[in-house]
Amino acid sequence: MRYSGFRVIKEALTGHKGWKPIWRNPDPQPAYDYIIVGGGGHGLATAYYLANSFRQSRIAVLEKGWLGSGNIGRNTTIIRSNYMLPGNEPFYEFSMKLWEGLEQEFNFNAMVSQRGILNLIHSDGQRDAYRRRGNAMLLAGADAELLDQDGVRAMYPWLNFDNARFPIKGGLLQRRAGTARHDGVAWGYARGADLAGVDLIQNCEVTGFQIENGRVRGVETSRGTIMAGKVGVAVAGSSGRVMGLAGMRLPIESHVLQAFVSEGLKPVIDGVITFGAGHFYVSQSDKGGLVFGGDIDGYNSYAQRGNMAVIEDVAQGGMALMPMIGRARLLRAWGGIMDMSMDGTPIIDRTPVEGLYLNAGWCYGGFKATPASGYAFAHLMATDTPHETARFMRLDRFERGYPIDEKGMGATPNLH
Amino acid sequence: MLIPHPLLGLRDSSEFTYLGDAKLLDRPDGMAPDAAARFHEYVHLRDNPAGIHRELWFHEQGDRSWLVVTRNTLTHEILGAELARDARKGGAA
Repeated sequence: MRYSGFRVIKEALTGHKGWKPIWRNPDPQPAYDYIIVGGGGHGLATAYYLANSFRQSRIAVLEKGWLGSGNIGRNTTIIRSNYMLPGNEPFYEFSMKLWEGLEQEFNFNAMVSQRGILNLIHSDGQRDAYRRRGNAMLLAGADAELLDQDGVRAMYPWLNFDNARFPIKGGLLQRRAGTARHDGVAWGYARGADLAGVDLIQNCEVTGFQIENGRVRGVETSRGTIMAGKVGVAVAGSSGRVMGLAGMRLPIESHVLQAFVSEGLKPVIDGVITFGAGHFYVSQSDKGGLVFGGDIDGYNSYAQRGNMAVIEDVAQGGMALMPMIGRARLLRAWGGIMDMSMDGTPIIDRTPVEGLYLNAGWCYGGFKATPASGYAFAHLMATDTPHETARFMRLDRFERGYPIDEKGMGATPNLH
Repeated sequence: MLIPHPLLGLRDSSEFTYLGDAKLLDRPDGMAPDAAARFHEYVHLRDNPAGIHRELWFHEQGDRSWLVVTRNTLTHEILGAELARDARKGGAA
């Protein structure tokens, strides 16, 4: 079933009786060539590209809950490629390019909207840092513009320019950045994978790995043993737990990150604004709610809920930047579990177990990476060589002394 | 979260700075022949348990003591706290 304008009109005229479920709900087969553990954005994208770009057969995605029930279902939906380091920026720009063609490719409306992201500048030092970052982005083929204060005023005249502590002096703008509909991304990849013959198996929790002579043979699940030639793990906040089943310790701590949505307001923010000095970022959904967040809570957590102190801190950041939201009501807040890696950068690599692959450590930036993460992980699993843009994202980089420390914070996951 | 400080009683967790796994008290011997490998494990690798976790909290906004706090990472329930200098290295709280 393909979507088109014609199809939408036809269904509208015939009472919407022709829509069908967009993926099958199969029982697991006894064996597959490829198993992806984790039916979130990255797992589904991996299966999609394995089936469509690398033409691999007999693929299954195992998800312990329902598809897209993890972090892809609870995030602030920002897509961007404003990174700096050589190990990062080409990868995120590759992701940005995939976003731009995504909806045409998988014939599903993921509501990709290139509204622009503006990183505000509050000091001369920050301007220098952002000028350098912008140049790094341009060198990697991305787009970047440095705005002065008048440039920012023209976009968002209501910002608090005269904040005594953090006056706004300009901004780094990436116009091609923006937002996408997070559930739509998961559903689009799920549908695309299903159409290519991937078995999407829900309510199937992986409880162990079958490993013989250092090689993975399959997985134990709540629905029985499933054999596989290659197993890829993409389980976000559960990476530590799942890889522990294979006897591995990871350079990862699980932390909780909260995000927030206000009541519906009139359109005021057409893009994404970040306030790095206070750590607050905000965009406005198509329904009018302000979608915003800030720092992680900063301690190990699997609770999927945060604490009031961070809510207060984020609200203060918002008030400092845009005092006019002071009387807006907070509609909802939620906490997702991030696997914070020691340098703030993800891991897409083989593991010491032959045939077992790891896609982890996305900290709180996994959403924007969904297409490139899936493509690079599929590339790695299909060819056993890293994708060109992900070749620095090694599991052993800490041991070898090659961390990708974008924030310059060292081995401190609670600070990222 | 309220942390039961052994000297000061219940204190709000926002007065503290978090460092992570209390195993960081067990610093490897830098002169050992396998020091590089052990420091890699010490600095970078984590057990990251879902459940009971012993961890270091620094009372930065208070008496500047280091505590070992035992906490459930699934529920945020705090089961106990002791001064780090009293905590038996690597042992149970």
